[in-house]
Amino acid sequence: MHPAPSVIIFTTLSGLGFGLLFFLGLGQPAVTGTVAFVFYAIAFGLACGGLLASTFHLGHPERAWRAFTQWKTSWLSREGVCAVGALIVMGLYALGAVFMDSYWTLLGWIGAALSLATVFTTSMIYTQLKTIPRWNMELTPAIFLSFSLAGGALLAGAESVAPWLLAIAGAVQLAYWAKGDKALETSGTNLGTATGLGDRGAVRAFEPPHTGSNYLLREFVHVVGRKHAQKLRMVAFILGFALPLLLILTPVQGFVIKHVFAALAVLSHLAGVATSRWLFFAQAEHVVGLYYGKR
Amino acid sequence: MTELPNSTDRKMGLVIDLDTCVGCHACVISCKGWNTENYGAPLSDQNPYGGDPSGTFLNRVHSYEVQPANGHAQLIHFPKSCLHCEDAPCVTVCPTGASYKRAEDGIVLVNEDHCIGCGLCAWSCPYGARELDLAEGVMKKCTLCVDRIYNENLPEVDRIPSCVRTCPAGARHFGDLGDPGSDVSKLVAERGGMDLMPEMGTKPVNKYLPPRPKDQIEEQIDILAPLLAPVAEEPQGFMGWLDKALDKLPGGAN
Repeated sequence: MHPAPSVIIFTTLSGLGFGLLFFLGLGQPAVTGTVAFVFYAIAFGLACGGLLASTFHLGHPERAWRAFTQWKTSWLSREGVCAVGALIVMGLYALGAVFMDSYWTLLGWIGAALSLATVFTTSMIYTQLKTIPRWNMELTPAIFLSFSLAGGALLAGAESVAPWLLAIAGAVQLAYWAKGDKALETSGTNLGTATGLGDRGAVRAFEPPHTGSNYLLREFVHVVGRKHAQKLRMVAFILGFALPLLLILTPVQGFVIKHVFAALAVLSHLAGVATSRWLFFAQAEHVVGLYYGKR
Repeated sequence: MTELPNSTDRKMGLVIDLDTCVGCHACVISCKGWNTENYGAPLSDQNPYGGDPSGTFLNRVHSYEVQPANGHAQLIHFPKSCLHCEDAPCVTVCPTGASYKRAEDGIVLVNEDHCIGCGLCAWSCPYGARELDLAEGVMKKCTLCVDRIYNENLPEVDRIPSCVRTCPAGARHFGDLGDPGSDVSKLVAERGGMDLMPEMGTKPVNKYLPPRPKDQIEEQIDILAPLLAPVAEEPQGFMGWLDKALDKLPGGAN
């Protein structure tokens, strides 16, 4: 799949933003006034920035409102509904925390649930696609949810759970790579089933339909950079999980140094997740590539 | 709405004969010609006369080589367009309701005024039947020439999809695959029509007729060949002397 920057930015930032909103909704950290304002500004900035980025790849962004209508069948539509719901509910909850010094607990819980539901619906957009075996696995929602929770815990400064959530996210990442590498092979789809000619002999793509490229090849067959996949996996794993874990577990004294370490952990995690997300797209093989003798 | 109809009154679709297709690409051209100036937005080209031309097509012809365990390799031309699936994933993933399947004839269409060009329907299609038009920013796909097949302004003979009308080899057939008595259904039953990627669970309406078995080429197929065989394998007499003399010249025998 073509790793479109808009989609990578969207899933990375909004995952982190909604992760933070989840913790804020649960009252973690318990902040009010100006401090709460800063936390909510970061959370809304990430979540909304991500959502805005996702409209950049649309052919007709001005019609995007129509995407809220088909929640009965479409995960993309459900994502839109959940995202707007989460932002509205958490916006109200933030008003209470920032300006009225009060926690509307029930509203916070609903907002937290909607935030997590947004991340889940995002993941299901990819998971539902049988055409991309590497995404069509239970581990795909696990990746999105565990990353979002780990990033959210890091940003929220939830010191008790952040190390555990980071470790879980790292483990899910390794499992996803291990299983994903075999996904296309075990899916049973190959050029034989694609053409229906497989029981006659070995099928080989002899001549493509045209000498130039096309939308399908540009969108679904991305081979550039796959050769560096193993190195990038190392980068993603170290930056995303190992280094942040090390930074938050290092015992340091002092308010400033502690915040510097936490900020570094967040930035490192963000860079790692973005790298992982790039691989998520770049390494995903769409079965239509088979028709072109590619993957 | 992007909910699929429980059933459709008819299942209009194509039957493509892989035995007969000669790979001339006439269906590709006639499809582009008809559909660029009729239903919906034109099928744009990008840089058509430059170094890296590309464009939107609703029908493309691949060619595959099949090498059986025994015998000769076979070349099979393979036209591919929307299969108008009964369980079309491209319809249910659409967030706006632009993508829909008609209850009356099963044709899968895009309402281009509602399409936001997110591309998710193309992601969900295993066959590469949908292409996002770069000039228009909306999804394009085969309409089964919905603007021809019911068009009473056209002579009756032309009320079939453009690709079917054009095919010079008679490799493309159009009809109701939901009616077991239709010509296309009989053809599918007779020739063992098949689905592409049945494991995807899309239940395509369009069927492909597999190539008929080929004759086996025997050792000696030309009865005149033995009479034309060289009389002497090694040159004799003057030709023999000349052959040896030339071998001895600098440059040697090769």
